[in-house]
Amino acid sequence: MDVAAILPLLDSTLRLATPLLLACLAGLFSERSGIFDIGLEGKMLISAFFSAATAAITGSVWLGLMAGVAGALAFSLIHGLASITFRGNQLISGVAINFLASGLTVLIAQDWFSSGGRTPALAGPARFSAIDLPFADALRDVPVLGPIYHDLVSGHTILVYVALLAVPVTWYVLFRTRYGLRLRAVGENPAAVDTAGISVTGLRYSAVLICGLLTGLAGAYLATGLNAGFGREMTAGRGYIALAALIFAKWRPWYALMATLLFGLLEAVAIRYQTVDLLGVTIPGPFMQALPYILTVVILAGFVGRAIPPRAGGAPYVKER
Amino acid sequence: MTGTSRTGRPEVAPSPEAGAPPAIELRGISKAFGKVQANKNISIRVMPGTIHGIIGENGAGKSTLMSILYGFYRADAGEIWIDGTRTDIPDSQAAIRAGIGMVFQHFKLVENFTVLENVVLGAEDGMLLRPSLAKARRILKQLSEEYELNVDPDAKIEDIGVGAQQRVEILKALYRNARILILDEPTGVLTPSEADHLFRILDGLRREGKTIILITHKLREIMEATDTVSVMRRGEMTATVKTSETSPEQLAELMVGRKVLLRVEKSPARPGPVVLEVRDLRVTDEKGVERLKGVSLDVRAGEILGIAGVAGNGQSELLDVLGGIMPATGTVRMNGEEIDLTGRRSDGQTRRAQGICHVPEDRQRRGLIMQFTAWENVAFGYQRDPGYNRGPLMDNDALRRDTEGKMQRFDVRPANCWLEARSFSGGNQQKIVLAREIERNPDLLLVGQPTRGVDIGAIEFIHQQIVNLRDAGKAILLVSVELDEILGLSDRVAVMFDGRIMGERDASATDERELGLLMAGMSGEGSPGPVDGAPGRGPLEQPA
Amino acid sequence: MPRWADVALVPLINLVLAFLVSGLVVLYIGENPIEALVIMIRGAVGSAYGWGYTLFYATNFIFTGLAVAVAFHARLFNIGGEGQAAIGGLGVALVCLAVPWPHWLLALPAAIVGGAVFGAAWAAIPAYLQARRGSHIVITTIMFNFIASALLVYLLVDVLKAPGQMSPETARFPEGATLPNAGVLAAIGLPFRPSTPLNLAFLLAILCCWLVWLLIWRTRLGYQIRAFGHSEPAAVYAGISPFRITMLAMLISGALAGLMAINSVMGEAERLVLDSVQGAGFIGIAVALMGRSHPLGVFLAAILFGILYQGGAELEFEMPAVSREMIVVIQALVILFTGALDNMVRLPVERFYLHRRTGHL
Repeated sequence: MDVAAILPLLDSTLRLATPLLLACLAGLFSERSGIFDIGLEGKMLISAFFSAATAAITGSVWLGLMAGVAGALAFSLIHGLASITFRGNQLISGVAINFLASGLTVLIAQDWFSSGGRTPALAGPARFSAIDLPFADALRDVPVLGPIYHDLVSGHTILVYVALLAVPVTWYVLFRTRYGLRLRAVGENPAAVDTAGISVTGLRYSAVLICGLLTGLAGAYLATGLNAGFGREMTAGRGYIALAALIFAKWRPWYALMATLLFGLLEAVAIRYQTVDLLGVTIPGPFMQALPYILTVVILAGFVGRAIPPRAGGAPYVKER
Repeated sequence: MTGTSRTGRPEVAPSPEAGAPPAIELRGISKAFGKVQANKNISIRVMPGTIHGIIGENGAGKSTLMSILYGFYRADAGEIWIDGTRTDIPDSQAAIRAGIGMVFQHFKLVENFTVLENVVLGAEDGMLLRPSLAKARRILKQLSEEYELNVDPDAKIEDIGVGAQQRVEILKALYRNARILILDEPTGVLTPSEADHLFRILDGLRREGKTIILITHKLREIMEATDTVSVMRRGEMTATVKTSETSPEQLAELMVGRKVLLRVEKSPARPGPVVLEVRDLRVTDEKGVERLKGVSLDVRAGEILGIAGVAGNGQSELLDVLGGIMPATGTVRMNGEEIDLTGRRSDGQTRRAQGICHVPEDRQRRGLIMQFTAWENVAFGYQRDPGYNRGPLMDNDALRRDTEGKMQRFDVRPANCWLEARSFSGGNQQKIVLAREIERNPDLLLVGQPTRGVDIGAIEFIHQQIVNLRDAGKAILLVSVELDEILGLSDRVAVMFDGRIMGERDASATDERELGLLMAGMSGEGSPGPVDGAPGRGPLEQPA
Repeated sequence: MPRWADVALVPLINLVLAFLVSGLVVLYIGENPIEALVIMIRGAVGSAYGWGYTLFYATNFIFTGLAVAVAFHARLFNIGGEGQAAIGGLGVALVCLAVPWPHWLLALPAAIVGGAVFGAAWAAIPAYLQARRGSHIVITTIMFNFIASALLVYLLVDVLKAPGQMSPETARFPEGATLPNAGVLAAIGLPFRPSTPLNLAFLLAILCCWLVWLLIWRTRLGYQIRAFGHSEPAAVYAGISPFRITMLAMLISGALAGLMAINSVMGEAERLVLDSVQGAGFIGIAVALMGRSHPLGVFLAAILFGILYQGGAELEFEMPAVSREMIVVIQALVILFTGALDNMVRLPVERFYLHRRTGHL
């Protein structure tokens, strides 16, 4: 394949990887603190709806973004309440959150817009528009690098760059700051944090809220950047795929970038090539659509290496006598 | 003798110097967990620059009291005075501010962090890590030179030994400028020589004017290390005495409330033929670390072979392999027949059928299902027993009848087979496990830590049951980290260190000093060579 | 805390809380929640027509609820009921279409085997990956839901679609593979219409409740499943193989989910259509949690959700502002309050009884 054919594919890879990356980093903060979160899906969905709905009503994508993040934060608090304060089962809480988002979004969408659980199509300032990076046009004709810069690096919405920037920021916070040290500690051994005089509850809530913020961005990007509006169940399992990517990435930021780009590429291929002819055999479309899910299972099956999750993950912290 | 009182409000030792207030004074501390009154109206004074021991049985309330002092729990009633000032300690942060440091029995360290990161955690100087770590490195160097607290600041906790981990805990407290140091059962995981090292460190700290509270259930440590000692029993403080003015016998009596036998009464063993024959047993764990490095031993009918050693030197793996929980390489013969150590017939069910019963080290995690009733637990491991089954269904009536008999014979209280395992005390839980395993009349009984977390009254009973089984001509392999228990029960003693048998001794012909050396990896009196054939043993190693 | 408070009072308070919050949602949409409740209850149990649908839905939820419950006893969270039921439907359809069945008495046992085997097979891969590779069963079962859905799209569009037909569905099952429905009860005076969806599978569901009770609390396998669920290290000590129990529990779970198709595919639709499960696999989670993984509890919770489901359909008809997704919201809130926020209610109730008891002493 030549550059001309491969660039659009990589371009859509980047765009499709963005919500996965944001959700994956969200899960990273939560799980590093010891709170498993299979509710990424629901938080993305609720954010996607509120961002698109608010953007549709106010005409401002920024207000939409804020509303989306607020929705995801609210759901994070529910998860925190269940899994930190009331020491409930984190998996069950996550499942409940996913269903709640799935039901509420359509219910409210129907009430507000009466159009089959969708928001009106967004346009103009109600959507994130592409940003042309400096000199993109000027450098366009430079061989190889020019098209890469113009077509691949430049011309994305702000949230794509935010997501990419979130990777080094997450790394820095995690491994170079006091907060990161404590966050990693509380996911490994909350008793060590507690006896050191730091609030386990406070730390875990902070991580869960960061998770809410990032899933909020992911959902908003999905509805106002990648697509032009909200549709029912539009997250389509991305929250779970982000979790698989997180495991694949061994709970590390740079690996998370790689893992989500891989899943993004897969999705881009599936969208671009509805059916694939492989050595004379036609692979049916549904198979291509199922490919990201199949790959998730393959990765989880550990054929690509074993990962050790944070040791205290999934268990509520109870002081022992 | 001053200040002992067997009943009513405890008195406290009068302060030696009129001027200096006690470093710690607790007044009327009470704490209940649900129905259990863990601490009842406890008062105590600890003078600065002393080592104060607190001794009591399991469940006497020692750890609860110290957790209150460290802000882990809030007392229901009572006051805490530090250096003559009333101090409120709502959380650990407040305790640290008040100059209190605590070394818990189970270390509170982050395993995959370095020593430095663990020390800094919670005591950082600002948002960024680098400056904090640099400062900590400097201070750590000073502290370790001052107090013999040598550890590599860049080593990961999971890679260093328990003795070093404990030193990290002490360093953590000192780094936070602790003037009062509480140590909860600090020697449970140490070899005798490591324990000596610890007491040297504590002595150095005392000379610097630090105040130390030592919680233990070992009378010997109290006698050796402390200046004053308080005795707790069933949540109450029964006495506070000067160590120099008391004796182990008196302390034991104060702890239990009656005279106790400190030795097990048993007749000499009459060993029969070899029942269990182990040759060159090797186990490698998931991380690739070899945990058993060629263990060989024999156990005969009618004898108790005690395995002594500091926790974590392969004893648990030995029990797990023999009990069918863990695969291994090597040869094991039971009554002359080789048993499968890796394949399809290597599991707890097959082992039981081969006449091996197992009282596991951790009864709450392994030996019992805490949410099951007593009668469901009696079938645990024996769920295939035809006596407990009727066609495809389990015969719960038969099971309950059997359980009632067992509970009676082993004096389990309360004798209600419908209670869940978790609602019994530690001693009674252990009696349920013992009843289940001993009444199978096994050719070989594996016993791990039979009296851990068990009150003294039950200890005597449990020891007696084990001796009775021996006298019935059965082989017993006993693993315990309590040297007293090993010496009291065993006929022969084998010492494990670093996955190897360091040596075997006749129980009547050895003592704690000799076993202590073997436990630290040094063969006593330079007597080298395998006592009972341990092929392929490498050079002696020093403790980590 | 007395036992009745543990098994009845706490779940009841949880349920009331879930419904209160649901009422607030209805209120927000601008409808009267009391009125909505009345419409739902009347629509669900106010007529033989309503009962026919309510019990039909409840039958689905009994199967999926039991599926989740059995896995829960082994501490496995099977979120794959949706996919397992869908694939179970495929099994039932293949059996029903394979032979020109002369009578349903012959077709039913074969279809039961077909549904159970296909459902179990779909659960087997996540179970194996969990048991052997430690892959998180929650995520793998969810992925298998998506994969099942894609697989059925492919099969119904490209392979199984009856010739000359537009919609992606199989041909109608032969006459001899039609289960009798509650319409036959008209003969003894119960006013069910011949078109009622309630069918013989309801009795099969009740039978399954009893069998699951027997399995969990009376058989050795059930004993081993429960022991494994409470503590894996203890189970290994007792010689219970984690691999074997994980596989068996998930196979039984998947088979129960697959049996749902006897009701929905064989008993009602009489053909395999796209999305024949319609979320019943997920409702099974709420049903199992509310029923505290006990077959009797599952039965009662399934009836409740049957009422909600049928009542919700009526509600959508009479209050168009309240769409069908209201059910999903209620289901989510029930999972949240009975499953994740249980301690919010349990701890105060425990404290209340503790105080009362110590007060008496």
